[in-house]
Amino acid sequence: MTGILILEQALNGLQFGLMLFLLASGLTLVFGIMDMINLAHGALYMIGAFLTAWIVQFTQSFFLSVFLAVILTSLFGMLLEKTLLKTLYARDHMSQVLATFALILILNESVKMIWGTDLPLSAPDYLSGPVEIMPGLMYSSYRLVIIATGLLIALLLYLLVSQTKMGAWVRAGASNRSMAMAMGININALFTSVFGLGAALCAVAGAMLSPLLAVQVGMGENILILAFVVIVIGGIGSVWGAFVGSILVGCVDTMGRSLLPFLFREFLPPQWASAAGPAVASILVYVLMAVVLFIKPQGLFNQRS
Amino acid sequence: MSSTPPQIPHNPKTLTHAIGLSLILGLALAMPYLLDKLGLDYYLGTLTKMMIYGIAACSLNLILGYGGLVSFGHAAYVGIGAYAVGILISQGHQNAWIDIPLAVMLCAGFAFMIGFICLRTRGVYFIMITLAFAQMLYYLSNSIKVFGGDEGLSIKSRLDFGVQLSSKSDVHLYFVVLIFLLLSLYFIHRIMNSKFGQVIKALKDDDVRVDSIGIHGFKYKLAIFVIAGAIGGLAGALMVNQQKYVSPNLLHWTQSGILMVMVILGGVGTLSGGLWGALLLLTLESVISEYTLHWQFYVGWILLAVILMAPKGLSSFSVLWSRVSKVGQFKHKARAIKP
Repeated sequence: MTGILILEQALNGLQFGLMLFLLASGLTLVFGIMDMINLAHGALYMIGAFLTAWIVQFTQSFFLSVFLAVILTSLFGMLLEKTLLKTLYARDHMSQVLATFALILILNESVKMIWGTDLPLSAPDYLSGPVEIMPGLMYSSYRLVIIATGLLIALLLYLLVSQTKMGAWVRAGASNRSMAMAMGININALFTSVFGLGAALCAVAGAMLSPLLAVQVGMGENILILAFVVIVIGGIGSVWGAFVGSILVGCVDTMGRSLLPFLFREFLPPQWASAAGPAVASILVYVLMAVVLFIKPQGLFNQRS
Repeated sequence: MSSTPPQIPHNPKTLTHAIGLSLILGLALAMPYLLDKLGLDYYLGTLTKMMIYGIAACSLNLILGYGGLVSFGHAAYVGIGAYAVGILISQGHQNAWIDIPLAVMLCAGFAFMIGFICLRTRGVYFIMITLAFAQMLYYLSNSIKVFGGDEGLSIKSRLDFGVQLSSKSDVHLYFVVLIFLLLSLYFIHRIMNSKFGQVIKALKDDDVRVDSIGIHGFKYKLAIFVIAGAIGGLAGALMVNQQKYVSPNLLHWTQSGILMVMVILGGVGTLSGGLWGALLLLTLESVISEYTLHWQFYVGWILLAVILMAPKGLSSFSVLWSRVSKVGQFKHKARAIKP
């Protein structure tokens, strides 16, 4: 186990964390402003991936397909919000959970009916080679592009939320929706746009992660749970909390899975290490969440007043 | 002086209820013989599975429907119960009178520990943390290769109850499950109609107010959480017995979601809502699968429709029915009071 390996895994963790952030930021804003649990957020991630994989068959250009898929997913998201999700705002959390759970079933099967259970998608050829970012450390250039994209989007989101008028509306809505409405903010239109933005971010994450994780029906569920863990850790309604939470969860999960088995092998007899390593690694993230909730039950950077 | 006391209007509702229940019970008892006559023996296993899910869903209804605790990790207890019995059987311990109580107590223990931590949170945090614990158990069962890992655990034989209710194993299991189902329903009925049950219902309405009148709400929530977990474990124990197989998928959060769907379809906060929901959902699955692979698509739409339009599930219809039948009752009362 060398320093190079640790650094490489840290970069992988950063990369995964940034993509997780794209999902978590949309999710936390939806929850923060409209108090709605949306389990179908993962389905939007899946739809973004499938659309990219499908469009690339026609355009032959990876990034153009991503761009088009993002626009289509965003439009679909806004349509979904205006027709179905709007009726759920007034309902209790359990109804929202169940309704969006039903939506997952519908969307999963719809995708299966249209495209089958999976589609191939690979990174563009010019990004398939490694890059030497440090003497002795070769890193996949595609993963570097993901990190760069993630950081760029995070920066843009930060600017949007903290420096623009719309961002101020979003923060006001997340903090106290009724007061924001009383102040004259058109919360419904704001929310449709926020939802559209969230859907777009999901699509970016779905498209960018697909060459690494495979485009398949049900891919949304696994990452959705992690995204929920992130927003619970980070605090609902806080984009900064989502950022910190995502990086934390991304690193803990990635580094845990790859490095813990090594660690265990040093201290435990081999047959224990091979079972305990993956087991503990996969529950590490949930242990982290339980600990955070125990200490700060509202999350680290809770925005709700 | 000699006024006759007012006639107590004869309440048709309890009589219809009693007749209805007896009919259903009679049908349930006769089912194996009916199916045998019709050559549909295969469906006995399906019916048994539906009843087992019914037990699990009724246990969830305890905390979800009556208690208002939205636990997204209930499948974990079903899974623990199933794995406990599965492991015991694979190690050669087939005595049902030892295995089942052990499994149920193990689940109660887990529910106690998990509930102790989770019940300190509220709202969405509670939902998430119950989900987290279920996921932890899911990943654990996936990784521990000794118990089958992601391939699951198959067992060769079923539990031995000491007394065979039928020469055919499937029919025997059907009656065993039916007995456990009736016992569970009776148990739930007694709990919810006691003082304890009143506190639980009060906690659903406003748990802060319960605390403020001096009742320690947390203890009651924990108690009902443990009871629900224990009954869920019973369902799991019966399930591994019926399927002769248990896999980590039983603990996946989507399974918890399915249990919640059953509760909502059948009627949140009603005694047998979980059972009807389980019957309905599994029947829909079987029937629609005959026509198309994409049954989840149609079930999704049905579920969505139910949530948006009939949020109390099947019991929404019974509310309508009781309103309709009350019209008749008023007429009755009016006639009795008239001098």
